[in-house]
Amino acid sequence: MNKGIAVTGMGIISSIGRNQEETYKALISGKNGLSFIENFTTKHTELPAGEVKITNKELLASLKINPTQPYTRVSLLGIIAAKEAITNAQLSKEELSNCGFISGTSVGGMDATEKYYSDFENGVNTQFIKAQHPGFTTNQIANYLDIKGKIATISTACSSAANAIMLGCRMIESGKLKRVIVGGSDALTKFTLNGFNSLMILSNQPCKPFDDDRKGLNLGEGAAYLVLEADDIIGNKKVLGRVKGYGNANDSFHQTASSPEGEGAYLAMKKALKSAGLDHDQIDYIHAHGTATRNNDLSESTAIHRVFGNKLPEFSSTKGYTGHTLAAAGGIQAVMNLLMLENQEVFPNLNFEHSMKETGFYPVIIKKQKNLNYILSNSFGFGGNCTSLIFGKDED
Amino acid sequence: MKTKVYINGISSISAQTEASVFVETPLVYMEAIFPAVPLDYKEYIPVKSLRRLSKALKMGISGALMALKEGGEVVPDAIITGTGQGCKQDTERFLEALLDQDEELLSPTAFIHSTHNTIGGQIALYLQNKAYNITYSQNSASLEWALLDAQMQLHSDVDAKNILVGGIDEISKTITGFMKFDHQLKAESISNIDLLNSNTAGTITSEGAHFFNLSSVPNISSYAQLIDVSIKPFLSSEELKEAIIDFLNTNNISVAAIDVVMLGKNGDVNYDIFYDRLENDLFKETQQLAYKHLVGEYDTVSGYALWLACKIIKNQSIPKFLKINKKNPSEINYILLYNQYLGENHSFILLKKY
Repeated sequence: MNKGIAVTGMGIISSIGRNQEETYKALISGKNGLSFIENFTTKHTELPAGEVKITNKELLASLKINPTQPYTRVSLLGIIAAKEAITNAQLSKEELSNCGFISGTSVGGMDATEKYYSDFENGVNTQFIKAQHPGFTTNQIANYLDIKGKIATISTACSSAANAIMLGCRMIESGKLKRVIVGGSDALTKFTLNGFNSLMILSNQPCKPFDDDRKGLNLGEGAAYLVLEADDIIGNKKVLGRVKGYGNANDSFHQTASSPEGEGAYLAMKKALKSAGLDHDQIDYIHAHGTATRNNDLSESTAIHRVFGNKLPEFSSTKGYTGHTLAAAGGIQAVMNLLMLENQEVFPNLNFEHSMKETGFYPVIIKKQKNLNYILSNSFGFGGNCTSLIFGKDED
Repeated sequence: MKTKVYINGISSISAQTEASVFVETPLVYMEAIFPAVPLDYKEYIPVKSLRRLSKALKMGISGALMALKEGGEVVPDAIITGTGQGCKQDTERFLEALLDQDEELLSPTAFIHSTHNTIGGQIALYLQNKAYNITYSQNSASLEWALLDAQMQLHSDVDAKNILVGGIDEISKTITGFMKFDHQLKAESISNIDLLNSNTAGTITSEGAHFFNLSSVPNISSYAQLIDVSIKPFLSSEELKEAIIDFLNTNNISVAAIDVVMLGKNGDVNYDIFYDRLENDLFKETQQLAYKHLVGEYDTVSGYALWLACKIIKNQSIPKFLKINKKNPSEINYILLYNQYLGENHSFILLKKY
């Protein structure tokens, strides 16, 4: 078995909490973060979303950033989460000077672009022009937090943060980095809200992952990061858990839909198990991608069945809490996985009533104590991008 | 010993053709934004799909197929793309529809093709390839991250033998046009050929796709060995010299051993200082080349530089339009590429003759 890469810090912000503590409280009390959108004007006032109820103005003020600086919402949410991770891992300024930063985002600074689209030609708010692009967002977070090592942005839609975590592990394994902050950040925008709405996969009710009557997903926003460190530099630091393995594959079926047999998901899970050196029956729990679209949940269930056969581990999707936070989702799941490992309990799948006719699968629907050693966590995205990660307890 | 990485197949779609640079004279553009030379995409993509595809997708899919064909039609064990600004044409199309139609009656087609990973995903779909697939979007270091990822895989994963790496960026009407308003582009109209003597702020931009078939096994079409790639997000022009020396030291190569250095000069008087210092100091005795006066500046334009470097090292000859000094190396064994944009995302790529 692979020892895995140590996680020494983590940070999170989403509609269910502004930090680890608030997030954990919401998760164990079964409290979702869904509401109607207030931070920008939209016609889609009937669609529930996992919106962080803090305005950009408030975020800028709390971070002491001059509002004329081109910080977009993805940067601001990213800074909050990465800052918590840095504090949690007790990284010094010196340690940050050669620390890597790998972040996933899908929209980057689209919130500013859509707001100022007609301003730019009049020479107004032009400092936000470059801010549209994902790499700008990542450099801005790194700059604010004085992270000076290698910096990368991954943009593989909804699997971005999971891929960022994978790359961080590989950079440490290859010796290219000793310490790296990995995860992702995405904000709600009119662009994504209308995009998903035009695909007719948004639910006007709180989403019901893996339910036979599921009607689609709710969008969400947030950011989450882990600090990964090589074993030879950890010292006496507390290890929160380990990334034991990872797998990335392409479904190669359709730009937005998953294949009926869940081939990409199946391959990603198989590769993750192989890279962790684990058998499928060693997995105690699956943190499913489970977006609650008709297509994803069936395809993912089929893939899970192919990997686990009749020995299906307990599983749930936490999209009912936060909505689908797109590029941040893999990071948010990662922090939740470490909270589950720490507390030896499984967070429930909200709003589940009836199992899917095709599968008969029942997710965990109430919080429960459980002996957890290994968690498999799935993140799938547009473009067929499928990534699975395996998290485990730190063992000596 | 570490596995060696060879470049076995290459392709380039840019504002110049191979002949215009290597045989004839470069194409001249008078606009600050100019397109890639049109290609007969029908050769690579069925006509019925072509109509729906943006330029980034057409260039990306065609470029990928060209490089694979040249590299011996291998099945890639990974497809890794880099794009600084992604699928701007579809992003723009969906965004403008949403603003014009006030969020009503929107067609999803442009949206589903708007994500940065659409190019990598569509290549996988065309090739029916289910392997590792990832997209980097780190501004002007997007392609370099893709190369770095490929290099790590070829070094560490025994199952990975052939990896397709590509850098793609397209121009779009409005979003590329925004670069005029924040002065990334020159205010005055100049010919691309005169870019490097312009002495004003800003640059010129274009689009392109460059693909590289990397392999741990050389073959008869191999162009060069990719020795190493390094990316430094933030450097001052003082720190740059040291960073390059470090990079060369790590690879046990002296400055004197570099036969050709390819510099990402883009005619922006505020940022070309990074290159100026190297020209007059570290690489004073080295043959220096520039290329952005031919194909413009964009986030994955270092793909064009890498493509040129592959041709130069294989043919052992340098097109005169690239030379910015006269050293005429008798043999070209090592080529170093250095690029940055607006003083960030500095990258070094080192090639060796195969």
